[in-house]
Amino acid sequence: MNIFDIIGPIMVGPSSSHTAGALQIGFIARLALKQTPAKAVIKFHGSFAQTYRGHGSDKAVVGGLLGYRTDNARIRTSLEDAADAGLSYSFLPVDIPDAHPNTIVIEASTAAGDSTTVVGISIGGGNVIIKSLDGIEIEYTGSLDMLVVVQADVPGVINNVSGLLASKGINIVNMRVFQSREEPGKALTIIETQDTLSDDLAISAQSLDNIITSVYLPKIG
Amino acid sequence: MNIDFSSVRQLIGAAEAENTAISAIVLRQSALDMGADEGAVLARMSHSLGVMKASVQEGLTPGLLSASGLTGDQASVLRQYVGSGKSLSGKLLGEALYASMAVMSSNACMGRIVAAPTAGSSGVIPGCFLAVAADRGMSDDVLVRGLLHAAGIGMVIAKNATIAGAVGGCQAECGSAAAMTASAIVEMMGGTPGMCGHAAAHALKSLMGLVCDPVAGLVEEPCVTRNAAASSIAIISADMALAGITSIIPIDEVIAAMYEVGQALPEALRETALGGIAATPTARRIENALFGGSV
Repeated sequence: MNIFDIIGPIMVGPSSSHTAGALQIGFIARLALKQTPAKAVIKFHGSFAQTYRGHGSDKAVVGGLLGYRTDNARIRTSLEDAADAGLSYSFLPVDIPDAHPNTIVIEASTAAGDSTTVVGISIGGGNVIIKSLDGIEIEYTGSLDMLVVVQADVPGVINNVSGLLASKGINIVNMRVFQSREEPGKALTIIETQDTLSDDLAISAQSLDNIITSVYLPKIG
Repeated sequence: MNIDFSSVRQLIGAAEAENTAISAIVLRQSALDMGADEGAVLARMSHSLGVMKASVQEGLTPGLLSASGLTGDQASVLRQYVGSGKSLSGKLLGEALYASMAVMSSNACMGRIVAAPTAGSSGVIPGCFLAVAADRGMSDDVLVRGLLHAAGIGMVIAKNATIAGAVGGCQAECGSAAAMTASAIVEMMGGTPGMCGHAAAHALKSLMGLVCDPVAGLVEEPCVTRNAAASSIAIISADMALAGITSIIPIDEVIAAMYEVGQALPEALRETALGGIAATPTARRIENALFGGSV
């Protein structure tokens, strides 16, 4: 968080948490998918379930999925624009036990069958936290580049991943390693950097021993 | 001294120790944290000030109407009344009120605004700043530094409490905006850093407990007029502090109390459109007319 998260963002109204924040969560789902989805199921929980039409959260999420930023005047017409972009969408009010009051779940997929599920919360002032990506707890805010690595829970894997980053001259700001609760034998490494990472780097990581998959999420401005 | 925005006391202490303004402390630390030079931070904030001014102008368009039809031209109606010289509020406060409402009208019409700290409370800072600047002949440079100051206070509130209505009610949005504004205006008027803290405390205490209850979930009723009300509290709080009236409860304790109060508010009063003004018979009729019974 910096002063421009407080005096800012510059945005199209009416609500920073329910319009700008909702757009950001859609935008991040698009980043995770690497392209405009062909289909998106958007689930609104808590305050969003009650008020998403009134705040234009529906237009905002779809705008984000189309790649719009929070100050784009076309947010007003995003539902019409989606048809031109080949995106079909549906909205579903849901009740998720113990979820943050401003939670949005997006299940997005491409025509080729790639899919992603993003769970995001809008914490006010247009700021968001992505709680999970495809079931992985990531706590991504968009303030730093992030590399998510899913690996076999065996010795030496972290060394290989950090070695890869070191070989590219990349400095790590934060690193979290933990065993998967859902899938025994799997572990997760979440790395955040000030330096710019790339999809190529995620692909290189994926080719290391004992790595199951790796995803790159860039910092968003 | 590294500033982590953990308390207002920290900002006041640093400004006093260096015999400088809180805005100077915020500017230096922000430039460091963002890896930018101070000139770049000032330039970016100056751009935000420009967007604020444009949003006031857009919101003063006569005949403006939001998509819901609920709000739009109140700011221009109020400006005309203030201009007639009959208003009880007088020129400075009158202008602060209509300029604050103008930003909110622009926002309701899906226009471009600067969240400050949120869209639902975006009228308070620009409305008060522009009115005070017009009355006292302050330059844009003073306003930009005022925005830095306000942002610093907002950082502390966001770190120790919340600025989201869905978490803490309207006190977290309009209350925070009023506290940020009051504190910044005191500095712009030449008050001491200590007075700034008292102004912020007076303002936040005055809006403590304010619920977030927008009709049909739209950031319009009561948000447009409520921003004007928060602006009036910001200005009187600044005046009280400048006169030397201290807050018996320090600002950092007021911020903590605001968060506690927010947690104690039922969900119906935290931006869900299920309680308060949003649950009145008239509000329900409006909601039915707009969304066919389901919001």
